[in-house]
Amino acid sequence: MPEAVLLGGEQTTTAVEWVVFIIAATTTLLGSFGVIMARNPVHAALSLVGSLFSVAVLFLNQGAEFLAAVQVIVYTGAIVILILFVLMLLGIDTEEDLEDEPLRGQMPVAVGIGVLLTASVFALTQLVGFDVVTGTPEVTAAIRDDMPNINQIGRLLFTDFVVATQLAGVMLTVAVVGAVVMARRPREYQPIPEPESMDAPLSLDPTDQGADNGAEVAD
Amino acid sequence: MLLNQFLLLGAVLFCIGVYGVLVRRNGVMVLMSIELILNAVNINLVAFGTHLQQATGQAFALFVIPIAAAEVAVGLAIVLMIYRNRRSIDVDSLDEMKG
Repeated sequence: MPEAVLLGGEQTTTAVEWVVFIIAATTTLLGSFGVIMARNPVHAALSLVGSLFSVAVLFLNQGAEFLAAVQVIVYTGAIVILILFVLMLLGIDTEEDLEDEPLRGQMPVAVGIGVLLTASVFALTQLVGFDVVTGTPEVTAAIRDDMPNINQIGRLLFTDFVVATQLAGVMLTVAVVGAVVMARRPREYQPIPEPESMDAPLSLDPTDQGADNGAEVAD
Repeated sequence: MLLNQFLLLGAVLFCIGVYGVLVRRNGVMVLMSIELILNAVNINLVAFGTHLQQATGQAFALFVIPIAAAEVAVGLAIVLMIYRNRRSIDVDSLDEMKG
């Protein structure tokens, strides 16, 4: 890998990059607001698709073509479909009452703090300039023009990060096996009693176990 | 290429995701908000990778994506079990272990 070169000063951001960034950032933020504000979970999932797709466009804007493709395939193609599948399988795509808040009166406080933070960040960037975050106004070029993006990532993954790559594979296997084991319906399936009966003391009587003598247990 | 604007966008997206995790009561909505948080991290990683002129940031983001996938798979299995046992996925009602 080439050494880190901190270039800066030259104005190399083209107008196209600005326009693409503004549009994609706007749709990202609108989509994420849709995720947290939508009453219907299915609408929230569709907003999530829009938000994640816009993030893929942002990756393209940064010259990360491979990551943009992976983002579309994995997030919008697999994860959101999985979420929608579970939503519709359980039939829980009912509307949620947002007025009934877990923390009373959090909405005005959240709006106030959010507006305050956004205004302060905006003021800071207007007063000091956008280089207040990193010290350099912008990046001058893509990482390497002589080699495709996917080649660079592939070389890194199979040289410097080869252990981490294999660990990621192990983690995915464990997660898939764990998800299957958890979601599987056991053969002697007994639903846990309704939540209101949980106030009663737990019975450790072994005759409670198993489905065959479940009828004898007096409630 | 733009740099600092991406970092600010990532910060805003992260805050939105945290708000969603804290406020929503539907278990699946909490998982979706976590996806937003992980995406904010990815935006930051890619922006800093471009800033340092190295592909390392993109490789890191590539490790975040399978972790997000695994997290959603396990999380949805947990939601499935909660629904099977309680007929509801309201995460606020899961307070049996409260002292």
